[in-house]
Amino acid sequence: MKTIKISLYYPLTAITIPLVTTLIKKFNLEVNILHANISLNKTGTLIADISGEESDIDAALSYIDDQGIQYKLFNRKLIWQEEDCVHCGACTAVCPSDALTMSKETWCLQFDKEKCLVCGLCIKACPLNVMSLQA
Amino acid sequence: MKTIAEINEKIKSGKAVVVTAEEIIGIVEEKGVKKAFQEVDVVTTGTFGPMCSSGMFINFGHSTPGIRMSKVWLNDVPAFAGIAAVDAYVGVTELSEKQGMQYGGAHVIQDFIDGKDITLFAESYGTDCYPRREIKTTINKSNVNQAFLFNPRNCYQNYPAATNSSDRIMYTYMGTLLPSFGNVTYSTSGELSPLLNDPEYRTIGIGTRIFLGGTQGYVAWEGTQHDPGQERLENGVPVSSSGTLALIGDAKKMSSKYIRAAVYEKYGVSLFVGIGIPIPILDEDILMKTAVRNRDIYTTLVDKSGNENLNIRVSYEQLRSGFMEIRGKRVATAPLSSLKAAREIAAELKKQVSTGEFLLTEFVERLPMRKERLNRLEVRGE
Repeated sequence: MKTIKISLYYPLTAITIPLVTTLIKKFNLEVNILHANISLNKTGTLIADISGEESDIDAALSYIDDQGIQYKLFNRKLIWQEEDCVHCGACTAVCPSDALTMSKETWCLQFDKEKCLVCGLCIKACPLNVMSLQA
Repeated sequence: MKTIAEINEKIKSGKAVVVTAEEIIGIVEEKGVKKAFQEVDVVTTGTFGPMCSSGMFINFGHSTPGIRMSKVWLNDVPAFAGIAAVDAYVGVTELSEKQGMQYGGAHVIQDFIDGKDITLFAESYGTDCYPRREIKTTINKSNVNQAFLFNPRNCYQNYPAATNSSDRIMYTYMGTLLPSFGNVTYSTSGELSPLLNDPEYRTIGIGTRIFLGGTQGYVAWEGTQHDPGQERLENGVPVSSSGTLALIGDAKKMSSKYIRAAVYEKYGVSLFVGIGIPIPILDEDILMKTAVRNRDIYTTLVDKSGNENLNIRVSYEQLRSGFMEIRGKRVATAPLSSLKAAREIAAELKKQVSTGEFLLTEFVERLPMRKERLNRLEVRGE
C-alpha cells in the first residue's frame, strides 16, 4: 500500500473525462480529493491523495498521461518549527485547505499534515519564518 | 471607591484579588457589578502583536581615542546616529544593507536581548575632541551602558481589519491578502487588549508602570497617531484605530519570549512586542469597562487595494469565529496578533501583581481625550 499526493492540471479538452471514477474502478485506487477547481469550458486543477498498490498507482499515472492531463507529484512536505512559533495565525490567512487552523479554545496553531497541499503559501506568509519545505 | 494606594497595600499584604480581563467577564456576569467591585482589585490585560513603530536607544561607551559617531551600523543595519557621540537609535524596520528584508533592526534588537554579540561599525568626520574616524568592534548587553526600548507607538486601541478586492495577491503589513476578498486579517487581543479595557484612559496614562517585553517598563507619552477623537460606541470603545501609547523599558532585562522580530513578505521587518497593563479597579465604571466582550468591540473593514469603500463594521466575536460576510460572500478571517501569547502575558502579570512583585502606579498625567482628528500630510508646492 502506498499513498501519493498529486496535483492534476486539466486542459480544456479533458474536463469531460470521468477521471476519479476511472481511478477507483479500473485501477482499484482510493482517491481523497483535497482541492478541486473544475468547470466546463475552463482549464482546471485537482489536488488529491491517491492510495493503492504501487503497480496500480504506476498504471494509473500512465493512464492520466495518456489522457493529456499533466500532473505533479508532491514529493516534499511542510515542516513547522513549532517551538519557534508565536501562534499569531498569519499562516491561516492563506492556507487553502484548512491544514493550518487556530484552536478556538487555546488559540494555538494546529497543523493537519493530511490536509496540507504543500502549496507553500504559508512559508511566505509566516512572519517568524518557522515554515519550510523538506524534500 | 478605592484608591491605588489602598490597592497597593492589599498587594503588599498578599490580599489583593487579581484577575485577567477574560476572567473578569464571567465574574461580573455571575456576581454582578457591585459584588464584583467589592471583591476584585486589579484586572490584568495583555497583547502580543507586531508593531513597526518600535526601536532601541543604545549608548556604546567611549573608546580610546574617542569617536563622535556620525554613521552607525549594527550587524550591517543602519542605526540613527544624529545624536550624541556614542548614542544611537536602531529602528525595527531598518533593513540590513547586506541581507535586505531577511534581517533588520528588529532582529538586531532580538539578538541583543538574547545576549548575542552584535557587530558595531561606525564612521565619523573626526573632531578635535573626538579624533577617531572609524571603529569596528562587537557589542552586547553586558558591555554597553544603557539600552532601552523606546517605542513611539504601541498598544493600538483597536485597528481596522484588512481585505483585498483587487484581482492580485497583496503583501501588506496586515499579512498576505488574497485577491477578490479571498480573506480578512485582523490584529488585536480584543477583550484582553489594554486600551480596550480602559477606553477613556481613566487609569492608563503617562507614567503608568507596565509589563514590557518581560520586564517592567512605563508609558512615556501618548503614542504617535494617538487619535482619541475616533467615533466610539456607547460603551466608550472606538470603532477603529484610536488611542496609542509611547512605551519605554530596559532592553537589557527583556526576554525574546516577549520581543520577537518578524518579516512580512514583500513589506518588511517589524517587531512583536509583549505588553501587559494592570488596571486598578477604583470604581464600578472602571470595572464595567474591563468586562467588555469581543461581541461588544467592533472594528472597521478596510480594502487595502484602495478600490472600494466597504463601509463594513464587524465585531471581534465575528472575526474570531473564523469567517465573516462581505457582500453575501463567506470570507475566512485570520488573526495576526497572538492571543495565546497575550493570555500568557496577562496571566504572568496577574502572578506578578498577586505576589507583590509588581505594584501599581498613579499616572502622572492623563492621556489626552481631544476631539480633533489626525492631520493628513498635504503635498505642497507642486
